[in-house]
Amino acid sequence: MPMNFETVEVTTDLLIVGGGMAACGAAVEASYWAKKQGLKVTLVDKASMDRSGAVAMGLSAINQYLGVGKGKNTVEQYVEYVKNDLMGIARDDLVYNIARHVDGTVHLFEKWGLPIWKTEDGEYVNEGRWQIMINGESYKVIVAEAAKNALGMDNIYERVFVIEPLLDGDRIAGAVGFSVRENKFYVFKAKAVLAAMGGAVGVFKPRSTGEGLGRSWYPPFSTGSSAYFTIRAGAEMTCQEVRFIPVRFKDAYGPVGAWFLLFKSRATNAFGGEYMVERRDELQNWAPYGLVKPIPANLRNYLGMLDESEGKGPLFMRTEEAIAKLADAYKDDPKAFKKKMKELEAEAWEDFLDMTISQALLWAATNTQPEEKSSEIAAAEPYFIGSHSGASGAWVSGPEDIAPPEYFWGYANMTTVKGLFAAGDASGASSHKFSSGSHAEGRIAAKAAIKFIVENNTQPNVDMAKVEELKAATYKPLELYEANKDFTTDPEVNPAYIKPKMFMFRLQKLMDEYVGGVTANFSTNQAKLNRAMELLGFMKEDAEKLAAKDLHELMRCWENIHRMWQAESHVRAVMFREETRWPGYYFRADLPKMDEENWLCFVNLKWDPATGQWDVFKKPVIRLFE
Amino acid sequence: MPTFVMTEKCDGCKGKDKTACMHACPNDLMVLDKEKMKAYNRDPWHCWECLCCAKACPQQAMDLRGYADFVPMGASVTPLRGSDNIMWTIKFRDGMVKRFKFPIRTTEEGTAVPGGDFAEGAGDLNSQALFTEPASLLMDEVPTIKK
Repeated sequence: MPMNFETVEVTTDLLIVGGGMAACGAAVEASYWAKKQGLKVTLVDKASMDRSGAVAMGLSAINQYLGVGKGKNTVEQYVEYVKNDLMGIARDDLVYNIARHVDGTVHLFEKWGLPIWKTEDGEYVNEGRWQIMINGESYKVIVAEAAKNALGMDNIYERVFVIEPLLDGDRIAGAVGFSVRENKFYVFKAKAVLAAMGGAVGVFKPRSTGEGLGRSWYPPFSTGSSAYFTIRAGAEMTCQEVRFIPVRFKDAYGPVGAWFLLFKSRATNAFGGEYMVERRDELQNWAPYGLVKPIPANLRNYLGMLDESEGKGPLFMRTEEAIAKLADAYKDDPKAFKKKMKELEAEAWEDFLDMTISQALLWAATNTQPEEKSSEIAAAEPYFIGSHSGASGAWVSGPEDIAPPEYFWGYANMTTVKGLFAAGDASGASSHKFSSGSHAEGRIAAKAAIKFIVENNTQPNVDMAKVEELKAATYKPLELYEANKDFTTDPEVNPAYIKPKMFMFRLQKLMDEYVGGVTANFSTNQAKLNRAMELLGFMKEDAEKLAAKDLHELMRCWENIHRMWQAESHVRAVMFREETRWPGYYFRADLPKMDEENWLCFVNLKWDPATGQWDVFKKPVIRLFE
Repeated sequence: MPTFVMTEKCDGCKGKDKTACMHACPNDLMVLDKEKMKAYNRDPWHCWECLCCAKACPQQAMDLRGYADFVPMGASVTPLRGSDNIMWTIKFRDGMVKRFKFPIRTTEEGTAVPGGDFAEGAGDLNSQALFTEPASLLMDEVPTIKK
């Protein structure tokens, strides 16, 4: 090895991997139960908790709040909404479990200091039925503070990138990773592990490929680590085909929720036509889901995409029209009108400044004032995000009191690997949990993990020979670089290795072109998927030749290995499901219709760590109520 | 590059083991050039423009220059983050300036108590109730489905 890397061993009871919303929820909940039981909880984060995860920048709304205790909605109504939005493919038990706990988590956020908008009567201000408005610049800082206060900084390892699980037979035994700043290799030995490392961005080619490569809608540092970790542990995965494509303000990907829901804006095409009205008949083809309100996100996408592919773009958010309508009520009272306009202006800009600063800059750079002119919207590139309107993640046990036997194996949110739990973007088939639901799910999973530890209170065996093997593999890209870099005059171009950035571009190109990315108009077919698998095969071989000049590039190497595994599981699931079910997320041009009779089911898959073989199969959708 | 550091203003956080921007960046992009005692963004192509770095900078030495591959030049969006509010200055390409101030938290920094001040639950590891429930739900019990 080119440098001397110290091995640091940490032995704990529960290891929480990740630092985002789900991990912070887990930290708060686990600390309470662990203290009662005399157990230790350790958290390890690739970044620093104050600003790690998808809420790093802040948010302008909390998208899941039911108000059950206030009599506003029932948990059952939320389950119904999620099931329909995902075209029937959702785990009622998991969605129910998160939804019944999420309000308590939001009430905690408020106690911790998150400013939530209030009406004159002191009620939360709703953006839509389930969304409430916040002043959320410091949302993550506040949530992380509670988690850090619960855990104590001695139990937190920041800037350590966990890359591989450790197993003891069929049970999780811990994880290994490396410091991205010091020459330290970490071995965490744990009785249970909770995976919450976020979703995956950068698997598909983004629309912007220059400097704007970083301007993904979901953060570029969510790199498929949850999927990789759980797949490599041998956990059954679900909904790996259910990617998410958000329609957002074009290029900077500013949020549209406030414009559609709060400001009641319309979206129209270049000719002033409203695709949601003009293409209403298309929704019949996707019944029964196409006929419910709100119309599922992917179908709204699809109607806009049909306009685009017929040459009717660009699509516009009619901000000027929406603001004029809102202000219309005050037209006879100039003073009240001025006040209202000022209020609307601040609300519109805060929406961007809280969560997509780039969009505010893009508006300023194009002299865009929303009350004066429309702004373009467009479908972004595909993302893997089980917490939003995608569904990919690990297949986890439901809660004991409501899960049917097929969905229950002892502990809520435990994957099919003993002692390995998942939450947030790491757990699948429980969409629409967003920031608040991810935190609530982290809490649910953490309590169950502590129960698992109490009932299985032995330290699993860690094979230290295997650890040494993993350590060598971890740092191999540094070694490869050192050994070969002087062969050429420019170390970027060298026949002995591939640098992580080019590796990422290679993955993004093949996923884009063959698996339905932006330039393929989100469309694919069996022949293209076969070609994708062939090219992925070469990539997997070449992953052995990834090279890094320093620890930072080493992080990029492993991030792209993680992305590659997310990509493969996606392609396998898209291949297996012989229908088109979410036409606004991907379109199987060879199987263009939805097939309720044969495919109203989950597609699950599993990679066997012992043999390296993949297995893809169906699992039933079981409704808890109609 | 998306975020940039102004040479004159950056003092390298006066030689501490890491700078404020290095602590903040969720993508580990900020590094300190120890010879020059100046920080820089090492890979602007991976920058999300979250401005966590600029908000944390004690010298206001950081700002945002939009992605050069699609953002016209000349505008700026600059945060000034205090303990309970954030002030934004938005300068348009045509010179117009807008300022906004928004609250960011209602409590003092560092004071978040994990359980809020909600009554602790029954402490039963086998129940469905999380440790602040049912109090934090504003209900008498955790909802369930009668089988």
